[in-house]
Amino acid sequence: MPRFNTCRFFVAVSFLFSLFIAHPVHAEEVVVYSARIEQLIKPMFDAFTKETGIKVKYTTDNEGALLARLEAEGKNTPADMLITADAGNLWAAAQAGLLKPVKSEVLENNIPAHLRDPKNEWFGLSIRARTLIYNTKKVKPSELSTYEDLADPKWHKRLCLRTSKKVYNQSLVAMLIAEHGEAEAERIVRGWVANLATDPLSDDTRALEFVAAGKCDVTLVNTYYFGRLMQKDPNLPLAVFWPNQNNSGVHVNISGAGITHHGRNGLAAVKLLEFLSSDKAQNLFADVNMEYPANPRIKVDPFVAAWGSFKQNLMNLVKAGELQATAVKLMDRAGYQ
Amino acid sequence: MENKTLFGREFFRIILSHRLMTIWRVVPFIAAALVLAPVGVVFSSFLAPASDIWQHLVETTLPQLLINTLWLALGVFVGTALLGVSLAWFTAVYEFPGRRFFSWALLLPMAIPAYVTAFVALGLFDFTGPIQTTLRAWLDNDLSWFPDIRSRLGVIIVMTLAFYPYVYLLARNAFVSQGKRSLEVAQSLGLNRRQGFFKVVLPMARPWIAGGIMLVLMETLADFGTVAVFNYNTFTTAIYKVWFSMFSLHAASQLASLLIIIVFVVIVLEQQFRSRMRYAENKRTERVQRIRLIGWHNWLVTGFVMCVLFLAFLLPVTQLCIWAMQSFTQDYDVARYLEFLWHSLSLSGLAALLVCLVVITMVYASRRYPDSATRYAVRTAIIGYALPGTVLAIGVYVPLAWLDGQISELVQRWLQIETGQLIQGTLITMLIAYLIRFMAVSHYPIDGAMQRITHSIDEAAMSLGLHGWAMIRKVHAPILKSGIFTAATLVFVDVMKEMPITLMTRPFGWDTLAIRIFEMTSEGQWEQAALPAVTLVVAGLIPIFLFMRQTEK
Amino acid sequence: MSTALLQLKNVRQAYGEQVVIRDLSLVLHKGDIGCLLGPSGCGKTTALRCIAGFEPVTAGEILLNGFCVSSADAFVPPEQRQIGMVFQDYALFPHLDVAANIGFGLHRLTRAKRERRVDELLQIVQLVSVSKKYPHELSGGQQQRVALARALAPKPELLLLDEPFSNLDVSLRERLSMEVREILKDQGITAILVTHDQAEAFAIADEIGVMHQGEIKQWDTAFNLYHRPVNRFVANFVGQGVFLPGTVINAQQIEIELGILKGEIPRYCDSGCKVDVLVRPDDIVYDDSSPLQATVIYKAFRGADILYTLRLDGGAKVLALVPSHHNHVIGEKIGIKLEADHIVAFHQSIQ
Repeated sequence: MPRFNTCRFFVAVSFLFSLFIAHPVHAEEVVVYSARIEQLIKPMFDAFTKETGIKVKYTTDNEGALLARLEAEGKNTPADMLITADAGNLWAAAQAGLLKPVKSEVLENNIPAHLRDPKNEWFGLSIRARTLIYNTKKVKPSELSTYEDLADPKWHKRLCLRTSKKVYNQSLVAMLIAEHGEAEAERIVRGWVANLATDPLSDDTRALEFVAAGKCDVTLVNTYYFGRLMQKDPNLPLAVFWPNQNNSGVHVNISGAGITHHGRNGLAAVKLLEFLSSDKAQNLFADVNMEYPANPRIKVDPFVAAWGSFKQNLMNLVKAGELQATAVKLMDRAGYQ
Repeated sequence: MENKTLFGREFFRIILSHRLMTIWRVVPFIAAALVLAPVGVVFSSFLAPASDIWQHLVETTLPQLLINTLWLALGVFVGTALLGVSLAWFTAVYEFPGRRFFSWALLLPMAIPAYVTAFVALGLFDFTGPIQTTLRAWLDNDLSWFPDIRSRLGVIIVMTLAFYPYVYLLARNAFVSQGKRSLEVAQSLGLNRRQGFFKVVLPMARPWIAGGIMLVLMETLADFGTVAVFNYNTFTTAIYKVWFSMFSLHAASQLASLLIIIVFVVIVLEQQFRSRMRYAENKRTERVQRIRLIGWHNWLVTGFVMCVLFLAFLLPVTQLCIWAMQSFTQDYDVARYLEFLWHSLSLSGLAALLVCLVVITMVYASRRYPDSATRYAVRTAIIGYALPGTVLAIGVYVPLAWLDGQISELVQRWLQIETGQLIQGTLITMLIAYLIRFMAVSHYPIDGAMQRITHSIDEAAMSLGLHGWAMIRKVHAPILKSGIFTAATLVFVDVMKEMPITLMTRPFGWDTLAIRIFEMTSEGQWEQAALPAVTLVVAGLIPIFLFMRQTEK
Repeated sequence: MSTALLQLKNVRQAYGEQVVIRDLSLVLHKGDIGCLLGPSGCGKTTALRCIAGFEPVTAGEILLNGFCVSSADAFVPPEQRQIGMVFQDYALFPHLDVAANIGFGLHRLTRAKRERRVDELLQIVQLVSVSKKYPHELSGGQQQRVALARALAPKPELLLLDEPFSNLDVSLRERLSMEVREILKDQGITAILVTHDQAEAFAIADEIGVMHQGEIKQWDTAFNLYHRPVNRFVANFVGQGVFLPGTVINAQQIEIELGILKGEIPRYCDSGCKVDVLVRPDDIVYDDSSPLQATVIYKAFRGADILYTLRLDGGAKVLALVPSHHNHVIGEKIGIKLEADHIVAFHQSIQ
């Protein structure tokens, strides 16, 4: 069967070909491992390349996988920079010795202290606030106050939550642990679970839709999901409420980046990092994704600004990382799926 | 002079065929070794304990996880068995309106990844979906009686609809080749059709059906995407949670080891069933006429089949198309999109080619050398299918990264050249991972086809002067053709749908459609995921169509 | 007078345009063994399947014990006909052992009765020693006997056998044919067999129907089929022989090259009419002293006899069966004599 011969030939050729496809070219490029999806980081990279001429090569994957890859690759890693969508994984990367400290005045000026690693191994680039969204038809703002309050029985069967498997909820609970201690935090989480109107949902957008449809009255989401949904359908009966304004403030997490220990293009990578912390990129973060820029000098998108300003929780996000595993165990114990 | 050349050629041919024989022999062991590498990496996690995490798990979620996983496995087992076998029986033995069309159309759901069916199902039937919303408006009540799609039953139904084609395909194979004759024998002994089916046909088809169910169970256990959409906690979701959220790849690997052990046990049990396949008569019966159904039986069967096709394929695809059209208004980078499509197709094609070649060689080796070592090697090679994708990817990644590191160190020391990554970052990693994962899928159909080549056929060929390659080309290949086609189709479609391995091992810039879907769904942007999903489904239909044309019966 | 167990009346079976059975009629009495004999494609297997109920009939009737089981309007499903069938490929259940296979049709009996019947059958087919083995472990002959036992177990009214010996080697065939006939007669089973092998048909059946293109050309005993075929097809198909042209002399005599034959001749033929006469190998004997000489052109040694193909002076070929100690070489001329006590002759233009 001639098919056989041409088949094998084709296989052999493609193998040889594939050997050379991805051979990295050196010099003047930065290689990024990103846990944020392409859509959200490409605009910034393009802007960087336009300004400096340095190319950016990137690949996206889950955080855990990226960390495992970095560890497996060791000295041979092609990655110069790691970008994540939360602080916990940056902390874990630093703990594993995968990142190296960066001394940069630009970064220190642009990024507030509570949003970066005390040892300068990672830096937050944008803030995601996790706040309360409520159904305007069923709830008056005066009824809402704090995260902890949602455990109160008056919210019985009126609360919707996203799954505990997502890192945003884990860092929120980590914050609760940091503030109240494990025992109290567990009580709060148990209270949440008791108030659930339905099983935890797989994503924030769905939670918002459930609130809008009336299945529940209030939920906890990252603000940019709210923003996206409202842009799609401005008539939804949803509104933002900033909790804990009288005490520690709204829980924030960061999307951030660190420079890898063994990356080859360290200098170019630092340039990229500095770029990401500076005006142009920060504006993009604000506009493209409706996030809050880490750089305090940058204005937020007017759409976002309409939600009002709020007091941030200034707990250093290192704590989010340190306490994440504890938080997960706590949520397991409390029955929060 | 003449004699010398002749002798030379003859000599060369003998040597070559001899060496080929040796290569064949080794392939199952290489395949097993390849699979054992990630398994080994995973099991090596036991070298250091992670007792605190285990303790935590045992105290809190492990019992529930195991129950969930068990129910899921059981439910999907029963669901796909019932659905797959009944559909296969109807289309193999009966004649009803539309039978020819439905015979292959029932395979179409294979093109849709299970997690896509999942998010469509949720999008349609959940509280905020169009069905409940319209019903609420019409009936003006809060619909608390409406069954919750986000429940154990919901996951089972979605997975059943997504996975039944595996059982359908293999069961149909069995019924077509021996269904009607067995039924006639039963009837001649006084059993009516229904009794005949249960007492004779079904037991005789058991090895094939078991093969299909094995594939389904392995997919179910390894699945992460579908259960994540439902937020249904299984053993596999625990593996990911421990890894990603508790930062312990270590403990996650230990959990994965447990999974591997369970799967291996099930595979060994199933292989016991399969050994009976050798004794199943596979004589090619003449064209037996199908039994014509009369009256309302006719329409009942057609209705049933149409129902399944609607739920498993038409409904999801229609919803995806609607969503795709709705979200198409946003600026779409068509060039990049076509790139995704090209990547998906070429990867699937390459993978299908590679996997089928390796499996064919493996099956030949096990046929030529049927000793127990080879048998165990083949059994081991199949396990890859049950490993959760990301776990397998890591298991492949770690050894390859180490290898890469060693090589570049050596090259650095001797030639003073910085090589960077050699193996990783190329397609090799991906292809090896795909090979490990999909050998099972390719193995069942090819092995089944190989059973049809009896030793007497081989001997007849040899007596006519054919051996080695010529025999394979001229005698075996035509007989194996349908099995190879089935295998290639299954691998192609599976690789197209594959996500976790592709995510982790792809070279820079090699995004596929499946990855695009993942990125959109991970951000909750279901509508944006629809267009790549539709493209994926359409691309997956191509090999299915080709396949059906090859094996029209 | 035994009752007619099986009756086919003008049965016709067609797949759409393709007619498989044209017009089939036969009667089989209780306790008899019938046979449908014919080349492949003649429709015999289809006829069997119609009787079994696996195929419907387009026209005509099939009656079992006087009750219509198949017709254009009526149909009794196979499982209700109490007909046993031995399939050509035996179709033993590979996942059951011999005893389980045999007992398969006895699901209505109690366990004890079933076991007793299975033992009985194992005795009859002489397979007691292999009752625990699986089909793939048995030889062809053993498998065939299991298939037979399985079909006989439920004591069917009628037993159908589809080319039961075609998968066995020749030496086994003869022996098994006799054994099967013995078993069937012993148990008083009415059976109908389908085959393309004459030897088989002759060995087992009481009455044989020679089939061709969907019709029975002659339904008769083996002897009659051989010695008194009613048409050319049967004459050609059954046994061996040649046709020699001949002329009718008078009501009792026909002249052929070999001499004058005495016997009955076709009624519609007067003196001087041309006919073809069937000459079988056993009609020609070796006679040293005969003036009639023929040249040996081929010989087939058969142990006890030699089948010679001879050429007459006129050019016609005949076959002669001669005791084998008369060994002649090819090209030799030998003396032959015509010794036939009946005439089989057909009008030259009639088939």
